[in-house]
Amino acid sequence: MTPTTLLRVAGSAARRLLGMAVTLLVTSFLVFSSLYLAPGDPASFLVKGRSASPQELLAIRQQYGFDDPFPVRYWHWLEGVLHGDLGRSYLFHQSVGEVLAARLPATLLLVGVAALLIAVLGVGAGIVGALRRGTRTGSAVLLLVTVGAAVPSFVAAIVLRSVFGVQLGWFPTIGNGTDLLDRLHHVALPAIALSVTFMALVTRVTRSSMLDELRREHVEVALSRGLPRRTVIRRHVLRNALGPIVTVGGLLVSGMLVSTAIVETAFGMSGIGSLLVQCVDQLDFQVVQAIVLLVVAVFVVVNTVVDLVHPLIDPRVRAAGGAR
Amino acid sequence: MPILEYEALEVALPGMARPILDGVSLSVAEGEAVALVGESGSGKSVTARAALGLLPAGARVGGQVRVGGAELIGADADTVRAVRTGKASMIFQDPRAGINPVRRVGDFLTEQLRLVGGRSKAEAEARVLELLGAVGLPDPPRHLRQYPHQMSGGMLQRVMIAGALTADPRLLLCDEPTTALDVTTQAEIMAILRRLQREKGLGLLLITHDLDLAAATCDRIYVMYAGRIVETGTAAELLAAPRHPYTAGLLGSSPPLHGELTRLVPIPGSPMSLAQSAPGCAFFDRCHFAQPGRCDQAAPPLAPLGAGMVACHRVDELANSAAQEIR
Repeated sequence: MTPTTLLRVAGSAARRLLGMAVTLLVTSFLVFSSLYLAPGDPASFLVKGRSASPQELLAIRQQYGFDDPFPVRYWHWLEGVLHGDLGRSYLFHQSVGEVLAARLPATLLLVGVAALLIAVLGVGAGIVGALRRGTRTGSAVLLLVTVGAAVPSFVAAIVLRSVFGVQLGWFPTIGNGTDLLDRLHHVALPAIALSVTFMALVTRVTRSSMLDELRREHVEVALSRGLPRRTVIRRHVLRNALGPIVTVGGLLVSGMLVSTAIVETAFGMSGIGSLLVQCVDQLDFQVVQAIVLLVVAVFVVVNTVVDLVHPLIDPRVRAAGGAR
Repeated sequence: MPILEYEALEVALPGMARPILDGVSLSVAEGEAVALVGESGSGKSVTARAALGLLPAGARVGGQVRVGGAELIGADADTVRAVRTGKASMIFQDPRAGINPVRRVGDFLTEQLRLVGGRSKAEAEARVLELLGAVGLPDPPRHLRQYPHQMSGGMLQRVMIAGALTADPRLLLCDEPTTALDVTTQAEIMAILRRLQREKGLGLLLITHDLDLAAATCDRIYVMYAGRIVETGTAAELLAAPRHPYTAGLLGSSPPLHGELTRLVPIPGSPMSLAQSAPGCAFFDRCHFAQPGRCDQAAPPLAPLGAGMVACHRVDELANSAAQEIR
């Protein structure tokens, strides 16, 4: 790489990081203000139904700063977030950071296993669907995609839980598990429930991207030079079809994070998703804010990574990248 | 012995009114340059691809295609691969579409030697560098590391030619090799092809719509219309005295290379699609000399005439005079 290209790459990376920071800032404002406008008074929740005199409520409101003007509250919160202090959970009487840290590993395992399933089975089915187009296998893939895309994760969760968990008893139906093997055993059904819809989407994208690439003339050229079909598929079709697959994969990660709210609740797992449901229910706004911000941050980071990976997948993007 | 030989090749797609190829017979000798000329849709590309065992999916195929003595119609995968990796190679029309844009030019050039020929990377690269020099590229080591989008169309077509030569074929099939290029590069590419063909004594089948280009670069010419060969002869003969009205029409509709530019006479109408068929001569609707009741009754057979062959009912009456007139 010449010094000028290095400069250009560094420049575009810096622009991306700046863009990321601005996106997160705007998001933090939107998240904070939407919860500010949400109905319900956290102070009355804090007294937990015990009858409290207006004076007591006022004291609580002052202690937590509920009556400060909006910009002041936002500023306090933002200042804290920037210092790594996400606030305190009213519900758990812990710092939000500690509350999240305790539940993050379970969710990461769940999303990780689901992502692995999607990458292997979703992409695999897409490849088979494209190569076997017009045959019985190809039609079966299309059928599965249509059914999969139509099954909401809560339905998948309920069905899987009742069939494989309750009736057949192959998998536990509740909880997170203890050691690694037990955790994987616990996470299997939730991961499948979480991945079904997204897998269908990835299969569909993989299939159509592969079909697009199969039609390219360079594929025929490679075949005309005597390269085995399997080699041509791997080197020239699948390799070239990666772009849309990676893009969609990146978009799905944050979608999965949101869907953990349903799946974790359905399987009684303790993770970020079930925490979100619980805290929305109990008006623990500090935690809700932190989770929403976390989801957005993951979304922004993953998509920035996808953008940065794209030039490696398609060198033509590298050439055009300098102009943007 | 011919390096390439077609005998009554028939290719038909189910549901189409007429076959794509209807009894095509054609041969190319070792060291001979032969052109197959026709409009788009005439079946010339399908003919060329058949020599590599690349046939349209689902097509019904009859007749024979032999490359270096090996029969390709109904052949097993090993025979087809042997033809593709040592007997015949194809140069395609658009090098920008024909070379994978996300892989390096070096990958394209060496993959056949490494993945099928079992050569090491170093051996393959040495061979490829030599070929890149032979096709006149200025900086072979650098080109190996470049991506296709970093090269011009003319340079890429040279890469394509080098890629076609890596396996040391005895036959080069060139499908409109200059059509997608700038006019200035077209002549260079044709010159390179001709030089390499002569030096290595290769058989060459040039697919083109340009009768003048065909005559300038090839020894013999076949003219194709609606899936059939309608005229064949030496390049000089065909250009000086075309005998099929279609050949004459092709010549009359393109500007002459030398001499004064006279008015161009287009061939009226358009070629028959695969959805159309006719009991008689396929050129009937567009022919100046068509005789209803005769030309639209039965397809004219390809019959010897002088040194060449012509498929026209009225060829004897028209002789040279009438066909010459419309030039």
